[in-house]
Amino acid sequence: MIDLPPYPPLDPSNYYLIVVGTGVSESVSAAAASSSGSSVLHLDPNPFYGSHFASLSLPDLTSFLHSNSVSPHPPPPSSPPILPSNSHELISVDLVHRSLYSSVEISSFDSEILEEHSRRFNVDLCGPRVVFCADESINLMLKSGANNYVEFKSIDASFVGDSSGELRNVPDSRAAIFKSKSLTLLEKNLLMKFFKLVQSQLAESDDTTTTTVKISEEDMESPFVDFLAKMRLPPNIKSIILYAIAMLDYDQDNMETCRHLLKTKEGIDRLALYIKSMGRFSNALGALIYPIYGQGELPQAFCRRAAVKGCIYVLRMPITALLLDKETGDYKGVRLASGQEIFSQKLILDPCINVGLESLSSLTDQQNETLRVLVPKAMINKEKIARGICVIRGSVKSDISNALIVYPPKSLFPEQLTAIRVLQLGSGVAVCPADMHVLYFSILCENDDQGIKALLSAMSNLIRLPVPESDSSVENDTCEAKPLLLWRALYVQELVKGEFGGTISSMPSADGSLNYKETVESAVKLYEQIMGSEELFKEEETSLENTTEENEGGVEIEEN
Amino acid sequence: MHGRPRKASKPEDEAASAAKAVKLRSLQSQFMTYHHEKIYTKEAIELSTKLLEINPEAYTAWNYRKLAVEDSLSRIESDPNSVKSILDEELRVVENALKQNFKSYGAWHHRKWVLSKGHSSTGNELKLLDKFQKLDPRNFHAWNYRRFVVELTNRSEQDELQYTDDMINNNFSNYSAWHNRSVLLSSLLANRVDGFIPEKKIPDEYEIVHQAIFTDPDDQSGWFYHLWLLAQTVNVESPLLTSSWPSHGSSVILSGAGCLIGSPFNVITFCSETGSVPLILYFDQAVGGVSSLTVTIDSELKGNENLVWEPISNKSSQVSCVWVARLKYLISEPCESKEYKVKVRLGNSPGIISSRGFNFSTPYEFVFTAHVHDTAKDSQERIVSWTDGFELWNAQSKDLNSLATSDQLNAGIDLKWRQAAIDSEIECFRLLADSKIGKLTLARLLMASEAMMSDAVVKGVHYEEILQLYNDLMALDSSHHHYYKDEHSVAFLHKVTSSSESLSRYLFRYRGMNNLVCLRLNKLSLSRIASVEKLLFVQMLDLSHNELHSTEGLEAMQLLSCLNLSHNRIRNFSALDSLRHVKQLKVLDVSHNHIGKHSVDTTRYLCSSPLSNSDWSQDDVRRQNPGLVTKYWDAYFVLRDLNLKQLDIAGNEIAGDEFNSFVLQVVPKLVWLNGQKPGN
Repeated sequence: MIDLPPYPPLDPSNYYLIVVGTGVSESVSAAAASSSGSSVLHLDPNPFYGSHFASLSLPDLTSFLHSNSVSPHPPPPSSPPILPSNSHELISVDLVHRSLYSSVEISSFDSEILEEHSRRFNVDLCGPRVVFCADESINLMLKSGANNYVEFKSIDASFVGDSSGELRNVPDSRAAIFKSKSLTLLEKNLLMKFFKLVQSQLAESDDTTTTTVKISEEDMESPFVDFLAKMRLPPNIKSIILYAIAMLDYDQDNMETCRHLLKTKEGIDRLALYIKSMGRFSNALGALIYPIYGQGELPQAFCRRAAVKGCIYVLRMPITALLLDKETGDYKGVRLASGQEIFSQKLILDPCINVGLESLSSLTDQQNETLRVLVPKAMINKEKIARGICVIRGSVKSDISNALIVYPPKSLFPEQLTAIRVLQLGSGVAVCPADMHVLYFSILCENDDQGIKALLSAMSNLIRLPVPESDSSVENDTCEAKPLLLWRALYVQELVKGEFGGTISSMPSADGSLNYKETVESAVKLYEQIMGSEELFKEEETSLENTTEENEGGVEIEEN
Repeated sequence: MHGRPRKASKPEDEAASAAKAVKLRSLQSQFMTYHHEKIYTKEAIELSTKLLEINPEAYTAWNYRKLAVEDSLSRIESDPNSVKSILDEELRVVENALKQNFKSYGAWHHRKWVLSKGHSSTGNELKLLDKFQKLDPRNFHAWNYRRFVVELTNRSEQDELQYTDDMINNNFSNYSAWHNRSVLLSSLLANRVDGFIPEKKIPDEYEIVHQAIFTDPDDQSGWFYHLWLLAQTVNVESPLLTSSWPSHGSSVILSGAGCLIGSPFNVITFCSETGSVPLILYFDQAVGGVSSLTVTIDSELKGNENLVWEPISNKSSQVSCVWVARLKYLISEPCESKEYKVKVRLGNSPGIISSRGFNFSTPYEFVFTAHVHDTAKDSQERIVSWTDGFELWNAQSKDLNSLATSDQLNAGIDLKWRQAAIDSEIECFRLLADSKIGKLTLARLLMASEAMMSDAVVKGVHYEEILQLYNDLMALDSSHHHYYKDEHSVAFLHKVTSSSESLSRYLFRYRGMNNLVCLRLNKLSLSRIASVEKLLFVQMLDLSHNELHSTEGLEAMQLLSCLNLSHNRIRNFSALDSLRHVKQLKVLDVSHNHIGKHSVDTTRYLCSSPLSNSDWSQDDVRRQNPGLVTKYWDAYFVLRDLNLKQLDIAGNEIAGDEFNSFVLQVVPKLVWLNGQKPGN
């Protein structure tokens, strides 16, 4: 790994909370805790903010993925796992690094160009990911004041794709339905009626006096897909609603492979989030926005907020061991890579930090109980997420730079069990040079091969692979319009859930969804468990300074 | 702005507005002093600026500023820079005032006034408008001003059309944008600008408005535009002659007053003591300029060289759909039965112009034969009965065709694209027929389709569906029941008159008087009269047991001599106003109505009232009985102008001895009142 420069010892060495890792969940916790007045030390082994939510240059991303993937896993340290601490009442338990990524494959097709621009890329590790305007993460940013450090831009359009290569606009609003060219008049009518029903359902929950049409209790408990059929929505519209608006992953029509059959109630909630997002900020074009300079800006904004409130930051600082009380087995502190021992009452860890199984055997029951959440578990749920990143020259849709594309289950090939989501971003959000775009792909899968196969299929649907000169003439005509691939990364990420363990808690990995809703909700829940039922950022005054005047399509989020 | 709930004002707001009012009051009184003393100093002008920035509604202050501007312009003469700076200051004040209230009429008007001086750059105006229209895309002040600026800058109408496109794409619920679109298209189509030909553009527009209507049928803006498009599809620019009486190729028997023995069954017999017969021209839209110059008559009947054509309309305007002239046929010396050909020609010389300014441009002529008989002998005044003496018309008789043919209808119109557009609309709106507005639109489209059909085989196929749609609507939407009822009546009458066959079921001959042609449309729950243009030949009309409120439309039936309106819903004599034009009317039955409930017809927007009748000239009745004239003014004005011999009024609130005696004073020639000879 990186040679650590010598660090001056940290002072003070005693904190209320130590947070390791600067992913979204960890950063929200650090910001919340420091806002409430607790002393917080926030560490990250990497030289950048964001951990698994970071946005990196192409070389940095490459080396991060390689160093965090399964195959080149370094052997466990040869030193005995349990050592006495400097202090005699404590024992230290060594930590091991858990690799979240597998099947990492990175290929460059035009190294020259990419090297020339290598530092102009800000590529997300957790892509494809956007922020919904009505998303909980936005609420938290507004509440905490972190919104002062990030600026967003709108995603211009969303599309539904299929194997033919045609991209059809998602009719997600009244104006979009009006403009849509792919819907028949009757389909427009039915779809708008359905949206109105959802809206009246939402109004109902806000205001009990109105007596609008309401979806029956029975319908609310029935599968969403059946409810859509009951509303006479044709299959193509059902598919748009399920996969491109409610953003579902599993094929709702296939009972055997569907791991999560959505109920109408949940479906309405998901549509509600989308609909509320559409109208939340007047200067946003649609429901989705993206942070300028990449998703890494989000955890960083919370970190800056935390720093303002007194949180101490140390990057490039791994922790090597946990310190436990010999007698009671209680958590006491951590040992840093610099060798210094730091103490705290509570500890929040990145999902990559585990204790080795071999070290557990020599511990007492109490000690084991303290470390419970750090014990790697046999994965019951084998669900993983395959991600892909492509740098292309040109755009998959002319005139449109930032776009979301969804391939519903079975739309690309018959064995496609889950939806594939693709996000194209351009230089407008400062993630790549002007004539290029970065494309993110993801799909939930059961094993690496299945996931990678689906990603490649979606890529070939949108992008022209550089073909050797010899046989380039064969398919040239049909592929001419597609943008050319310059660089590609493929990797499969484990989905790790967060866990509350009393004094020590482990945060979840980046999840498989398109937004931060679940990530932030689980972070908030964990935080409340750790700190007691304290409300996050409750006393924070949000700055309402209006700086929206002329920022060329930028979306400043602010309370309205 | 739209869709914002009104909030009750808070006490602190009220306090603030009270403080503002105090400040405003003192400003205003100071300002008025300046204004009255015509003081246009810098200080005085600044005060008006202050006033307007707080209250842009102070119209006097705007006018004061106009005077002040004129004053300072007159002093600096012709230095373009100072002129510009004076006017620029005005624009700045307006802009600030608009920021305060951007629906201020005074402010927008002032801006127009400054701009029309011609010294200001117009380039900024569209930018400013873009800003305002972003805030509220439907604001009609901004749209009005936009049209003004566009005209000033010669911006092309196509560019403006594109602008409405953009606005509609943003949010199609924008009446102003759709309206502007219709204004622009009307002009582009009328001027035949590149590619703007109705048969190409109108179908495109239908396609656009469908997207809005189907996406949100509850939004009215699209429907309004659709209605406008439908009008563009159906309406023809140049006026046409819909029908005439006598119709082309027909024969009429003309005689003096009384009963003509042995008048033939298959020809219309017309008797008149004045010795003249009405010629009726019925146009598809109101026209003016019908005169002996524009309509020529070739006939051996003497004394008809300079016929006087009269417009038949309730308003005293010089345009009407119906024009009548009285052709003289009884020359002083007695004559034997004689046959005359009469040829009527119109459109050969210009002059007949529609109220929208289009020329009657398709020349037309019709010829009929008049058999003139000597005065009949039998002139006994017998009572007309509505119960017997009727003989059903012979359905096979060909004569009916000659009575009821429409003349110039659809001649020379490019019907093909219009029919195609309507047909595709019908197909489209069958899909939306589960909503009220969808049903109504479908019914309107089907009516339009019927109106354009010229093929006798398929004509009339839609009427059953139309009637069913209106029946459904009456059941679904009770608040607009009367409208649907009226439309149902119209459709029903169109159906009745759509073919000779269907019409013949309601046609009779009344044996009592010269075999009068009688149309019996009784007991059909009609609430409105329509299709009169196809019924010009009717001499006797039975409309009893319906739901009529008024006789509007009947004025065109100039041959009508007997009319039965008993058991309807007529509420006053004003509702019979149109009958004043029917000079032949001798027999009127208005028994069992609601006459006397209201003397003013409150169900109509433009109703007759004592004040609307300017003709208060003195006559015997007024002199003898001013009290009764005031009391029964509505009856007085109608009955005075009629030539009735028989009147039935029983079963109305107004009926009674007092009213009966009043009627006899107003109509001294009356022979039968309520079935009895007066005085018996």
